[in-house]
Amino acid sequence: MLSKIAMNFARAMVCAALLAPLAVLAAADGAKLQKAPVNLNDLVSLQRGAHVFVNYCLNCHSATYMRYNRLRDLGLSDDQIRDNLIFTGVKVGEPMKVALSTREAGELFNIPTPDISVITRSRSSEAGSGSDWLYSYFRAFYRDSVRPTGWNNLVYENSSMPHVLWEFSGQHQVEVQEFSSHAAAKAALLQAKSVARVDEISGKDKDGREVKRWLLKTIRPGSTGTLTPLEYDRLVADLVNYMTYMAEPARLERTQIGIYVLLLLGILFVFAYLLKKEYWKDVQ
Amino acid sequence: MAAAEKQPVTGAGPFNGVLTWIDQRFPLVSSWKEHLAEYYAPKNFNFWYYFGSLALLVLVMQLVSGIFLTMFYKPDAAQAFASVEYIMRDVWGGWIIRYLHSTGASMFFLVVYLHMFRGLLYGSYRKPRELIWIVGMLIFLGLMAEAFFGYLLPWGQMSYWGAQVIVNLFDAIPLIGPTIAVWIRGDYVVSDATLNRFFAFHVIAIPLVLLGLVAAHILALHEVGSNNPDGVEIKDKKDAAGRPLDGIPFHPYYTVKDTLGAVVFLIVFAIGVFFVPEMGGYFLEYNNFIPADPLRTPTHIAPLWYFTPYYSILRAITESFMWVLGAGVIGMVVLIVLSVRNNFVRLASVAAGAALLVAFYVLEPKVWGVVLMGVAVMIFIPLPWLDRSPVKSIRYKGPIVKSALAAFVIVFVVLGYLGTQPVTDTGTLISQVCTALYFLFFLLMPWYTAIDKCKPEPERVTC
Repeated sequence: MLSKIAMNFARAMVCAALLAPLAVLAAADGAKLQKAPVNLNDLVSLQRGAHVFVNYCLNCHSATYMRYNRLRDLGLSDDQIRDNLIFTGVKVGEPMKVALSTREAGELFNIPTPDISVITRSRSSEAGSGSDWLYSYFRAFYRDSVRPTGWNNLVYENSSMPHVLWEFSGQHQVEVQEFSSHAAAKAALLQAKSVARVDEISGKDKDGREVKRWLLKTIRPGSTGTLTPLEYDRLVADLVNYMTYMAEPARLERTQIGIYVLLLLGILFVFAYLLKKEYWKDVQ
Repeated sequence: MAAAEKQPVTGAGPFNGVLTWIDQRFPLVSSWKEHLAEYYAPKNFNFWYYFGSLALLVLVMQLVSGIFLTMFYKPDAAQAFASVEYIMRDVWGGWIIRYLHSTGASMFFLVVYLHMFRGLLYGSYRKPRELIWIVGMLIFLGLMAEAFFGYLLPWGQMSYWGAQVIVNLFDAIPLIGPTIAVWIRGDYVVSDATLNRFFAFHVIAIPLVLLGLVAAHILALHEVGSNNPDGVEIKDKKDAAGRPLDGIPFHPYYTVKDTLGAVVFLIVFAIGVFFVPEMGGYFLEYNNFIPADPLRTPTHIAPLWYFTPYYSILRAITESFMWVLGAGVIGMVVLIVLSVRNNFVRLASVAAGAALLVAFYVLEPKVWGVVLMGVAVMIFIPLPWLDRSPVKSIRYKGPIVKSALAAFVIVFVVLGYLGTQPVTDTGTLISQVCTALYFLFFLLMPWYTAIDKCKPEPERVTC
């Protein structure tokens, strides 16, 4: 164990020495996110997602604002929830808490693991919805011996989280292409088939002149996992679908009620319009 | 008036007895007549005249939804964030109440900004409506305070750091600033103590002030009567019975018209509440779904959209911009000395200008950022005396005033947009140009409104 850490440290030092002339300044464009196929009407997908969630996420992350029995929204009975989705023996009305303490998380990952009840809402940005972010994130892990966990991520660089679903996806590598112009790098980013990002680096060349380069990073498939790439994407899509639901369980109900409210207001509009017209016909 | 002297109520309904009993003990009939049935409003109100009644509607919706939120919300730093999620999930209908309130906050500002713009368009602030305008501006200030205090309550990252940034502005006040900031927070950082007092201000203090001011706003309006898109006084032309020729009773004409407006507004409102409650991060900021963390400052702290024009002005005041401010002060003094004949005014403006220049030199730019942000909000108040145009309405004003108002609207929107964006060099430069134009719109108004070529006002309102 110790020798492995020492090895990684040595590698990190070598990498740092090689990169020293080109100090990384700032992310130029960040990651290009891919659209998550969210469909809250797909109960089967939501149920599969819930299954992946309680098996793989709920060991380190809590979802304290979500109660297990709320999963009745997904067409499950209390018994089904208790028998298939609760592993900690808590009552079905309890929230999704995790046994991992802040201190233990600190020892394992260096930071406390955040509660992920509303993660798909907080990860939204101009680049895409939080669901898109998460969908891309789970498909952007690559092997990186410099990181303490051995994993890095294109969407969330130097993420403290290891690739929990690696058995399904297999272990991928990062591919880096260097461009001397921003436009060319951006064009390549738009064409990239996998999740991709562009980083800007700058430094001085041999003659001391300022130079800038743009690095396009993409995912290169490595070893295969137990699932085909298509099956893995489906698994992630189900998980993200579930997490989108969990961030706002009332969302489906909200849009349904919204349609009735608009219909009602539409009818009210007709009467309000006729009433106004009737009164105002004698105003010159 | 003694009870027996009042006439009995003789309406068509079945409750004349009860109404008579009440009227002999309470000014029921006279209030009804004064404020509704015999309050004569101009008959030519257009689209822009819906927003007054809509502001009242949103106020009531905010009060009612706020009361229900208070039943479940916990003003406690350890529980606040979780209690909001509890409302969103475990309280029956809680999510509707919460989205009504959060969407309502943005809609309130939208409606009030449009209501204020109506005032600018048709000169509703001019004599004899100066007090309506001033009370209205106090309502606007109260509304800003209400929104600021309320935004801390969800206890997300933006709530926390937004409050931190705004309270820290008081640090800029020389000598006593840091003490005042600690006094406001009740702690050295924004904390549980701050949350508790902001809660008190948000649910009791400011709403009481707002209700009082709104009553004063409407009373003052009903004292002098409404302006209209032509800017002519309907009270100047009355029939034999003393009713304005161009006026119609507020009830039923404007009650039915405002009902129609309210329904259309509610459709827009419902689209927000039920389909886009986050409005792409403009109504509910994404970062605010992360619980407040005093140890992690977000890289980009932005207030909600309705504060961003003023936030931009705050950020625009840099070291180099102080020279522009200095030049502006000298320019204003020269203009006043050359164009005003009163020697006292000339002397006073020279003295004030000199004092400002010294103060610019002595105090750091951060202080002036805070001062100018405050002045940018307050500068609407003296508008009735800055506008020296012979006509009230934009319909009869000349090309200079029309262009100035158009430029002001563009400047306001650009400042608002830039306030949502991270600081860049170009952005700062544009916001500095816009800040200068923003203030010039007001400061040069006495001159450009006086020289503008206006059209004659009509005798009566046009339709």
